[in-house]
Amino acid sequence: MSYETLGIGVLWLFLYGYLIIASIDFGAGFFSYYSSVTGTRHLIHNVIERYLSPVWEVTNVFLVFFFVGIVGFFPDTAYYFGTALLVPGSIAIVLLAIRGSYYAFSTYGSRSNRVYMLLYGASGLLIPASLSTVLTISEGGFIEVTGTGEVRFLYGALFSSAYSWAVVLLALVSVLYISAMFLSYYAHKAGDRQAFEIVRTYALAWSLPTIFSSLLVFFAIRSHNYEHYQNMLSLSWMFAASFICFVIAITLIARRIRLGWAFLFVMLQFAFAFFGYGAAHLPYILYPYLTIHDHFTSDAMAAGLITVFVLGLLLLIPSLYLLLRLFLFDALYVQGKRSKH
Amino acid sequence: MSGTIYDPVLLSRLLTSLTLGFHILFATLGVGVPLLIALAEWTGIRRNDPHYLLLARRWARGYVITVAVGVVTGTAIGLQLSLLWPSFMRVAGQSIALPLFMETFAFFFEAIFLGIYLYTWDRFKSKTAHIWLLVPVVIGSSASALFITIVNAFMNYPVGLTMEGGTITSVHPIAAMLSPAMPTKVAHVLSSAFVTCAFVLAAIAAWSLMKGRQHIYYKKALKLTMGCAAVFTMSTALIGDLSGKYLANYQPEKLAAMEWHFETTGHAPLLFGGVLGDDNEVKYGLTVPYALSILAHGIPSAEVTGLNDIPKDEQPPLWTHYIFDIKMMYVAYMTLVVLLFLWYMWRGKGRLYRSRKLLALIVVAAPVAMLAIEHGWILNEVGRQPWILRGIMRTAEGATTSGHVDTMLIVFALLYLVLGITTVRVLSRMFRSNRAEDELRALGMEGGDHR
Repeated sequence: MSYETLGIGVLWLFLYGYLIIASIDFGAGFFSYYSSVTGTRHLIHNVIERYLSPVWEVTNVFLVFFFVGIVGFFPDTAYYFGTALLVPGSIAIVLLAIRGSYYAFSTYGSRSNRVYMLLYGASGLLIPASLSTVLTISEGGFIEVTGTGEVRFLYGALFSSAYSWAVVLLALVSVLYISAMFLSYYAHKAGDRQAFEIVRTYALAWSLPTIFSSLLVFFAIRSHNYEHYQNMLSLSWMFAASFICFVIAITLIARRIRLGWAFLFVMLQFAFAFFGYGAAHLPYILYPYLTIHDHFTSDAMAAGLITVFVLGLLLLIPSLYLLLRLFLFDALYVQGKRSKH
Repeated sequence: MSGTIYDPVLLSRLLTSLTLGFHILFATLGVGVPLLIALAEWTGIRRNDPHYLLLARRWARGYVITVAVGVVTGTAIGLQLSLLWPSFMRVAGQSIALPLFMETFAFFFEAIFLGIYLYTWDRFKSKTAHIWLLVPVVIGSSASALFITIVNAFMNYPVGLTMEGGTITSVHPIAAMLSPAMPTKVAHVLSSAFVTCAFVLAAIAAWSLMKGRQHIYYKKALKLTMGCAAVFTMSTALIGDLSGKYLANYQPEKLAAMEWHFETTGHAPLLFGGVLGDDNEVKYGLTVPYALSILAHGIPSAEVTGLNDIPKDEQPPLWTHYIFDIKMMYVAYMTLVVLLFLWYMWRGKGRLYRSRKLLALIVVAAPVAMLAIEHGWILNEVGRQPWILRGIMRTAEGATTSGHVDTMLIVFALLYLVLGITTVRVLSRMFRSNRAEDELRALGMEGGDHR
């Protein structure tokens, strides 16, 4: 495998990691706020809180990892995306900043504050929408490179594109779907019957919109970037596999059995779709200006980055395992029978 | 904005300095506080003293809030590098991506273990198991500072790459990390972060003592933190001297601008204060004979390069001199506070915790230490202008050409204002509503004497 493919594969894996872990986080924040509005907060708050508290910092790292890594492996992405994304990127930063800090303020501050919760819940839903702009732009058509090599971002084109709205919609509903599926598993494990029933309805409610908006994106790509659509068709087995995983996950949730497996199938559902989409996108990073072969970093740097990556993983995997074991797979903790401080 | 000229380079510089200026307040706490928490918990375990354990707990609780803001503003500066300096990042991506990448690993490591540490206070049977979780947090936070400072050292003195006609032809990623600027810079950043955190935490204890809360808990806190402040002030001063020698050898233009040293001469005097008139005439300055030569090379007769030997368009702004002087006054103040504290401890006849003057001086030392950090960074960053990569790329060439930087500047200024105010509010509410004495009583830890 070439360094290029390895590099983009690793980065894509981390973006996928971010997609799952951030979705759980963002959706949970929204549900937490929503429940306080609808008066069911006392039922589900504890479960959400117990999961989120130890992991919220880790979520951000996946994102940082991705954008530092992509500049390392593909330095030209900094040039094209950096210039084009000033406004959407800054909006995403502001939202991330509000969300991250207000989470800490409302969780660790002395009393819970309604405004803080609103800021933290609402910003979580807007972040996926603003971040998904990057994927939209990568399809081409929203950036113009002038004769002098200057990059210009076409805001009008982005806002009037059916494709970009389809992506935003998908980002929004899948966040809520993934999160509700995870929380169902977690609440069930905690033996919290009432919380489980609530989040289970959320999961079921968001399942159909998710699959519907996935189809929408599929067709929107067809009219926006036919080449990519063709590539996706040749990988259609991956999308079929994704759909099968979706059906299994929903069936398990509906029958209230094997919820761990249900969430695993949700992860597989998104893995197939996300990697299918990514593989079909190759070799382009930014259609049609930038492929993974243009201006790839020097071999020495690529080797250095991959070495660091492997060494880093040797450190991270046991650490992440410890984190999961202490807070996700520890029955006493999940059930709230261990003191939190 | 009609009537004004839209200048993305200037605006990008302003926005970057705004973000960094805000971030380093929290980043500094992020580097130093874990070490002090570890020291307190370790002391608590060793002496079997619940006061120190509570100290560690309370610091950790406040620390989470500052970490949150540090993480989000750190993410902001990470992304802004690409958004505001796309051409620079294109070059940096080829040459200096390795330490940037390593920084994220260090951050990852720290984030995981901080989460575990905060939620496992009563989880383990063995007393020492919990404190071991802080080791990766301390390593992770110091390593992030190390790696990100390596990136900055590279920008100050790039090595490990060959340029031919404006394009990079060969890169040695490891060599690029070993810039001559690196050792002094890293040491100075770490050491000054430790000093600052020691002063910040000392100020909290001093404040409570000043308010007449004479509980032994605060006395122990003050002694521990001021002890650390004394040690780290000394190491920082030492490293600061080495940084001066580095500058004289590798970035003489920065030192010369800082010192308004125009003619290359031996026996160079150090200039303190003063106003620069027309024709670079210095008025009202205080000169210390030979001191600049000693600072630069360690020998009174050593020759120090003057600004006149640097091409005009490669000279840093001359106002860095004021920043340097102000910074040195802060350093002098902190040293004085440390010496006074030591004197009171040795000769104070028990007045150490009662002298309102000393306590007030310690409280003031915390913002002074933070200001010293800010001034140090301004000196470092402005002192390498006009370069973004010294000798390779000018700042103007690295900036974005995108529109809307002006709007973003306003948006981020508002964001930091709101974040700053809320952080202060949340932190002060957190500790005001739950004082250490009350917590000791509630936890049944009471029984310490009230000397």
